[in-house]
Amino acid sequence: MSKIVTDVVCPFCGTLCDDLEVSLSDDGKEILEVYNACAIGAAKFLHAQASDRITRPRRRQEDGTWKDISYDEAVDYTAKMFAESKKPLMYGWSSTNCEAQGVGSELGEVVGAVMDNTATVCHGSTLIAVQDVGVPGCTLGEIKNRADRVVFWGCNPAHAHPRHMSRYSIFPRGFFTGKGAKSRKMVVVDPRCTDTAKTADIHLQLEQGRDYELLSAIRVAFRGEKLPDVVAGIPKEKIYEVADTLKEGRFSVIFFGMGVTHSLGKNHNIDIAIAVTRDLNDYTKAAIMPMRGHYNVTGSGQVWGWQFGFPFCVDLTRGFARYNPGETSANDLLMRDEVDSFFSLGSDPGAHFPNESVKKIANLPSVCIDPHITPTTAVCKVHVPVAFVGIEVGGCAYRMDNVPIETRKVVDPPEGMLTDEEFLKKVLDRVREIKEA
Amino acid sequence: MAIITLNPIQKPSLLLEADNIKPDVFAGKSLDEIKALHVFMGTDQLTLGEFFEVSGDSGATAADTKIVIDGDISRVKYIGMKMTAGEVVVNGSTDMYAGAWMQGGKLTVNGDVDAFSGLAMTGGELIVNGNAGNYLGAAYRGDWRGMRGGVIRVSGNGGSDIGTFMRGGEIIIGGDVDVHVGTHAEGGKIVVKGDAKSRVGGQMVKGEIYVFGDIEVMMPGYQYRKDVDLEVDGVSGRFALYEGDMGERHPKKKGVTIYGQLYMKY
Ligand code: SF4
Repeated sequence: MSKIVTDVVCPFCGTLCDDLEVSLSDDGKEILEVYNACAIGAAKFLHAQASDRITRPRRRQEDGTWKDISYDEAVDYTAKMFAESKKPLMYGWSSTNCEAQGVGSELGEVVGAVMDNTATVCHGSTLIAVQDVGVPGCTLGEIKNRADRVVFWGCNPAHAHPRHMSRYSIFPRGFFTGKGAKSRKMVVVDPRCTDTAKTADIHLQLEQGRDYELLSAIRVAFRGEKLPDVVAGIPKEKIYEVADTLKEGRFSVIFFGMGVTHSLGKNHNIDIAIAVTRDLNDYTKAAIMPMRGHYNVTGSGQVWGWQFGFPFCVDLTRGFARYNPGETSANDLLMRDEVDSFFSLGSDPGAHFPNESVKKIANLPSVCIDPHITPTTAVCKVHVPVAFVGIEVGGCAYRMDNVPIETRKVVDPPEGMLTDEEFLKKVLDRVREIKEA
Repeated sequence: MAIITLNPIQKPSLLLEADNIKPDVFAGKSLDEIKALHVFMGTDQLTLGEFFEVSGDSGATAADTKIVIDGDISRVKYIGMKMTAGEVVVNGSTDMYAGAWMQGGKLTVNGDVDAFSGLAMTGGELIVNGNAGNYLGAAYRGDWRGMRGGVIRVSGNGGSDIGTFMRGGEIIIGGDVDVHVGTHAEGGKIVVKGDAKSRVGGQMVKGEIYVFGDIEVMMPGYQYRKDVDLEVDGVSGRFALYEGDMGERHPKKKGVTIYGQLYMKY
């Protein structure tokens, strides 16, 4: 008889599903099967069992080959790197728990680092817009129970957040949405005909990079003003129709993703999407929500917002927090040679950053904390594997709607492996020793 | 006017934060006192004297003090930040925040300025004989008050986000500009003598934008009103007046709705 662990939280995407069930071997050491998760979520659990998993820190040698080192040696290298840097960049912080993010914040403050998270290449522009104009938000539970107009703008949950539509936004039967998908009108705005777009009632296939114009046109339509015949490739009749559809709903929600946050105009696209939502509230109830990617990037913004007052791009070098994406953002810092060491935890900048930035990382003293072998570990000087948060250690994570969910430990990590939090604590202690000496 | 000359002697390994280079701080100080002023490079606090050779005299007040920087300071931030009077001349390019939060006086850069220059400026003159980076005369992050007064004149091209949340003052760009001009503006005047790409006057409440060249993509919320003959920054011509952004809120004055005005030169 295998053992079943219930109510497991999936540490993969921002949907943070909390209904997984995991079956374990009799001794409770091995994950056999993952139920309820989507394919990517299940793969993460099973990957933790990989036979070729790295379980000890490694340091790159002169000739480029790796040499195993102890955790203590890795702690020492990391602490010395920080102590010798004038401006270290501490990046990532999204695939880990809030406890580790808290210790990381303390470390960042002690060493005078610039701290940035994956929002910088994802929903950072959303955070800028929210700071500029505010945000009418809600929880996914409210959407499940109330939303009858659902817009997906520049996002493709069918692939990026596979259970989002079935758990919250389109298919579930909620209190006031008893007919499930039939009680909802689904609008997808995307230049591509994605699998999400294929299931939509209305697909606005706009010209690439014209989101700002189209959102502006919807606002013009709300006010009954006249529009040019075609905006962003969409005929005006269609725009008036969509504006009316949204106005006539009992509860409209706009979900948006990287198709708008990182295409032309960035934060302005979100800014005006928020304005559309605000306008809609003159006629009905409306909310807007970013489709956050990493399962706890939201938590990283929460922890830093609480610690420093800013959710990403926090420059602590002068002993107080400064914030200005464009200047204190990871890619700008790297490309402009503004930092002299690099630390990555809970992300894979080697895969997500432009090549120009990755080349800079390769030339800096660098440490990468990651359970996997990734493109980032391939350019860093020291790689420290750690336990998987949400599988081998619990801890708090924030869902995309800012709801905190306590993740669960399912199995023990391989013997002797540290967690993110334990490793960071050791580095913090060692940095303090060096600074006092 | 007393002149202090700074000659860069060392290129900073990381970027230098030199928020002290302005007449307000230099006025009434001896050369040694000026050399001892702080600069920051990451967590290190260093002195101005380590990076610049300082000569000349400072005036008794900021208004009597002129600072001349001879050489490339393209890795130095905050030149003339928050200055209220006097003059700064840079014979070279500067990094970010040149003339940011400037209140008075004159800052001339004979080269390029990087992003966030003239940020939230309230007075004075910022002259750039070169190109400007993004966010020229815009608001600081999260602030709803961009440039409120003064003049920014750029002979070359501007970047994106010129005059975001602008509420007063004037920005004149000799060349072309990138996307987002006067977004969220609630006053002020922006003149673009070259071409603009798109998103000109998006979410604009009021204010004026003049474009001499073409706009690649117009905002859908602008409506043609009439043709007018005008003289703008020494250039006379016939302009088409558009009003918008129709999607945005607008104030009323004596019962008449006030819109943002976009003038396109024929
Ligand atoms: S939708 Fe996201 S959180 Fe849910 S199981 Fe799939 S990857 Fe995990």
